[in-house]
Amino acid sequence: MTPCPTITARNLDLTFETNDGPVHALKDVALDINKGDFVSFIGPSGCGKTTFLRCIAGLETPTAGEISVNGMSPEDARRARAYGYVFQAAGLYPWRTIGGNIRLPLEIMGFSKTEQTERMKRVMNLVDLDGFERKFPWQLSGGMQQRASIARALAFDADILLMDEPFGALDEIVRDHLNEQLLHLWAQTNKTIGFVTHSIPEAVYLSTKIVVMSPRPGRITDVIDSPLPRERPLEIRDSAAFIEIAQRVRDGLRAGHDDA
Amino acid sequence: MGCVQGMMMRKALQQSLVPVLAVIAVIVAIWYIACVPMNSAWTAQQLERSGGTMTVTEHIADTWSQERPRLPSPHQVGAELWKSTIAMKPSSKRSLIYHGKITLTATMLGFAIGTGLGILLAVGIVHSRAMDMSVMPWAIVSQTIPIIAIAPMIIVVLYSIGVQGTLPKAIISAYLSFFPVVVGMVKGLRSPDAMQLDLLQTYHASKSQSFWKLRLPASMPYLFTSLKIGVAASLVGAIVGELPTGAVRGLGARLLSGSYYGQTVQIWSALFAAALLAAALVAIISLIERIVLKRMGVAA
Repeated sequence: MTPCPTITARNLDLTFETNDGPVHALKDVALDINKGDFVSFIGPSGCGKTTFLRCIAGLETPTAGEISVNGMSPEDARRARAYGYVFQAAGLYPWRTIGGNIRLPLEIMGFSKTEQTERMKRVMNLVDLDGFERKFPWQLSGGMQQRASIARALAFDADILLMDEPFGALDEIVRDHLNEQLLHLWAQTNKTIGFVTHSIPEAVYLSTKIVVMSPRPGRITDVIDSPLPRERPLEIRDSAAFIEIAQRVRDGLRAGHDDA
Repeated sequence: MGCVQGMMMRKALQQSLVPVLAVIAVIVAIWYIACVPMNSAWTAQQLERSGGTMTVTEHIADTWSQERPRLPSPHQVGAELWKSTIAMKPSSKRSLIYHGKITLTATMLGFAIGTGLGILLAVGIVHSRAMDMSVMPWAIVSQTIPIIAIAPMIIVVLYSIGVQGTLPKAIISAYLSFFPVVVGMVKGLRSPDAMQLDLLQTYHASKSQSFWKLRLPASMPYLFTSLKIGVAASLVGAIVGELPTGAVRGLGARLLSGSYYGQTVQIWSALFAAALLAAALVAIISLIERIVLKRMGVAA
């Protein structure tokens, strides 16, 4: 079986016009993401990793180059509700319960009431939040809120999940736990995941493909296909293979830093 | 738990009750003291005319109990308020309940028009750049014109096309109350941040879905703040609307007739009635606010 790319980008360029002059956010970015891949984007601030994710989501429009998502333009893919997006902050509506928040995309997309309830229950179970549907966001911890926001992105069952530093604001213990859960969830749902992060261990632990980026202008400096198996206990982080990949990511980040 | 809460409530009440009562006592004391110099000239004049004598105590007591003082004393206003609200039949032409109802009708109608108009304008301003640029400056300009200058014109213009009674007053009242609603709602409808709006974009939500599901609920706290200012402004508008026509009914009419006949006690009791009415209206809106926000899960 030849893997057909879910997301492809060719010669992607994006320049923001700001008051301080143009900012070259993305330069000549090319990448293929296959169905079922877990792809991490790692790099320092300003390397364009979030911008690239937003291009995939159709939230930013590239100045030049081609990008396609599920064989469509990102704009059409967004209209077709091809992906769920998880932001750095959970961004739950304080006036809705957790269940109500997860129903939000389903209401907008016109699912029936019974289907909304059924889907809401299913994704709450997926993120291990059973029984919290009547709670309000302020009654939950930061980690639980972020899990609810992942459930919200999963509720309408898009094939692609785009995550922009979803665990960036959480402490390391919660983060480890959520990373483990996320892998489990990925195995269960077989989604294609794009994941922006600052953390090398997080990127190596989660991904099948690690995209190393560097700033000014934002570009890809290395793409690493991980040899680690899909099944990954937390202890894998002490293995030689893991440390070797982490080393290569670190080298890539340093190289990008040097020529900037 | 309940016991602890009860104790805390009682403590909080005690802590706030003492200072509140102290402030009221100070105000009443200042008021009584102010009555003496304000009214003593009249007492002295009467004394001169009758040729009698008075001790200082009697002189001071007299300044607090004149029939038509320059500044009526607190107990005179209190007695007049009692007489014209509780003790009198509400249908009497001298009852403040009767006049209050008439002003309240115009206030509520004006408040409803003003709030509706304010919300509509805010929705337009938030969704259309052209409206933002064209409507907002006029809304601001409208509030720089003294209401006392524009009220007679509104009354006259409407009278010439056959509209009189409650509606002209309600329109003046709406003129004052729409503004805080526009300003508050524009801010409230714009309060969702970029991330919240991006999230709805990822769902490919329509503008009306963004409005009903995000912008409107997010604006609720702003709306209630505006409504509290708006309802007080509505009452002022309705009273001002009663002045230029020489109306015979309404709290404004009581103020006017009181000043025609030098009935200062009547003026002051009408003033207090208006203040109490405003306080009650604001309190009702605060109550609705608490209920709504609690149902929205905002308050703990």
